[in-house]
Amino acid sequence: MFPFMPQQAVTPVTIPASEHAVRLRGLRKSFGSVVAVAGVDLDVADGEFFAMLGPSGSGKTTVLRMIAGFESPTGGTVELGGRDVTRLAPFERDVNTVFQDYALFPHMSVLENVEYGLRVKRVPKTERRTRALEALKSVRLDGFEKRRPAQLSGGQRQRVALARALVNRPRVLLLDEPLGALDLKLREEMQVELKAIQREVGITFLFVTHDQEEALTMSDRVAVFNEGGIEQVGTPAEIYERPATAFVAGFVGTSNLITGAAARSVLGRDGTFSVRPEKLRVVPADPGAPDPVSSDEHSAEGTVSEVVYAGPATRFVVDLDVGGRLIALQQNLEVSSMDVMGLRGRRVRLVWQRRHEFAIGSS
Amino acid sequence: MTTSAALSRPGPRGRLAAFLHRHARVRLSLLLSAPLAWLGLAYLGALAALFVTAFWSTDTFTGDLVRSFTWANFQDLVTGDVYRTIALRSLGVAVAVTLIDLIVAFPMAFAMAKLASPRAQRWLVILVLTPLWASYLVKAYAWRVMLSSDGVLGWGYGLTATIATLSYLWLPYMILPIYAGLERLPSSLLDAAGDLGARGWRTFRTVVWPLSFPAVVAGSIFTFSLSLGDYITVKIVGGKSQLIGNVVYDNIGAANNLPFAAAVATVPVVIMLVYLAAVRRTGALENL
Repeated sequence: MFPFMPQQAVTPVTIPASEHAVRLRGLRKSFGSVVAVAGVDLDVADGEFFAMLGPSGSGKTTVLRMIAGFESPTGGTVELGGRDVTRLAPFERDVNTVFQDYALFPHMSVLENVEYGLRVKRVPKTERRTRALEALKSVRLDGFEKRRPAQLSGGQRQRVALARALVNRPRVLLLDEPLGALDLKLREEMQVELKAIQREVGITFLFVTHDQEEALTMSDRVAVFNEGGIEQVGTPAEIYERPATAFVAGFVGTSNLITGAAARSVLGRDGTFSVRPEKLRVVPADPGAPDPVSSDEHSAEGTVSEVVYAGPATRFVVDLDVGGRLIALQQNLEVSSMDVMGLRGRRVRLVWQRRHEFAIGSS
Repeated sequence: MTTSAALSRPGPRGRLAAFLHRHARVRLSLLLSAPLAWLGLAYLGALAALFVTAFWSTDTFTGDLVRSFTWANFQDLVTGDVYRTIALRSLGVAVAVTLIDLIVAFPMAFAMAKLASPRAQRWLVILVLTPLWASYLVKAYAWRVMLSSDGVLGWGYGLTATIATLSYLWLPYMILPIYAGLERLPSSLLDAAGDLGARGWRTFRTVVWPLSFPAVVAGSIFTFSLSLGDYITVKIVGGKSQLIGNVVYDNIGAANNLPFAAAVATVPVVIMLVYLAAVRRTGALENL
């Protein structure tokens, strides 16, 4: 990619209609005078691990609920595997959901919970039992069949919810903030595990999250939601390295925007540009030293206003002389906390490669 | 200076507060003493007196109480065909009222808890509560007017009229517990059932009903026991039919046989105990 090239918000991927797991066209939903979803177009391919990322109130959960059939759209269509299901009830759609609160039936055992969907579909008892036990095994919960949900930990409940949904072999699995209620350690474990399970079963996973790290680490593609619409759709790398809008730049990672006079002075161009913190190199602003900036680099001088030591890395907040503020993230390769803490108030120069700065559309 | 003095030497009120703060048990017993005394005397005492009286008798000639132990009242009760008929009839009325209230109340409570907007929800609760603010007698007489042969309903008086009137009177006592129970039921459970392929009826049968059953039991205890003890409605719209309540009332008043009235009054108590034991055996109350 060339620097300064304006990025398109959506790179349309042409997928044959039959291979669409989910296709949304002009999807809208309003609750009274409040518009929750304002025209969403989205294609999710078969077998994809797809994330809908956005802050709370951005409409992502409402979109998920319309795909599941819990809410009916005010306008637009929902297609599952090429079939228009916009007006169908949840029990008529080939999707299953993992709920944020897991929604396990408290009066049933783990096994009864997992068997529920099969029982409803009148799957014969022996097959039902085999499939349910298999599903429990795949989420590493064999031996827990007779427990009640109340006797399980949060992570175990989460896995029962997953097994209960997967056992039906749906075309699409919908996950509503699936890891939101877990603590950090367990969440990281489950991220890896969910990804592994998805690869194993090959079912399309469509999940909603407000956690950008979760979206980036787990998904094949991400749609970033804001105020009822989609800001950008792309692979995690595209979203992170080439945010299409200032909102995406700020929501996914640290925004680090260079704009207005600063952009003119440092980059020699008008507009708004973004550089990710880890792309910035911090060097001493020593007037006598040889210029560290090569021809394919840009640089800006400033004063370190804050130093945040975070174990493996250190975050420097630098107020630029030309106005604005950038955050630089440095790996603590050869320095200790003692060294870095002393840098507050020092004059530094931030250097970065031109190919790492990206123009951002106004939104 | 004043503040430091107050801190170093607390007054009598401060010392009392500190004492109570350190002695949680004393604090608890002080709080509970009045309600417990009231419960013990007025409720358990009266109930005990009732049971004791049931084993006494009256002098048939003078009508005075004879305070010596006898099974006679219970023997009369068990052997007398009239009383058995009345007891069974009362039981039938209570069951009918409970079932009718359940059938009317459940959809109403469900709509209130799960379908209505928060605003509509508040109004519906007020609507359900409103009849409770009106006098029992006024409502019973209103039904008498409606049921009379030239009234709006014109069913005439009798057992059917009694059941209808009692069902109306106790309906709020069934709606409110079920409403409260369904409010606590997470809506995501209903979504989950639908998501797993269950239609409305199946969701009701396998998820909503089992989880709201304790609330239904709570409501039915109200409608059942209130119906079993009622004697006024029967008097107003029941025509010639009699229920346990009437037998008790007549024996206290006209027949002046307090011990027998007491014996009859134990029948609903026993029925309720049997009912609660049966419900408890289903295990549905363990989740309360």
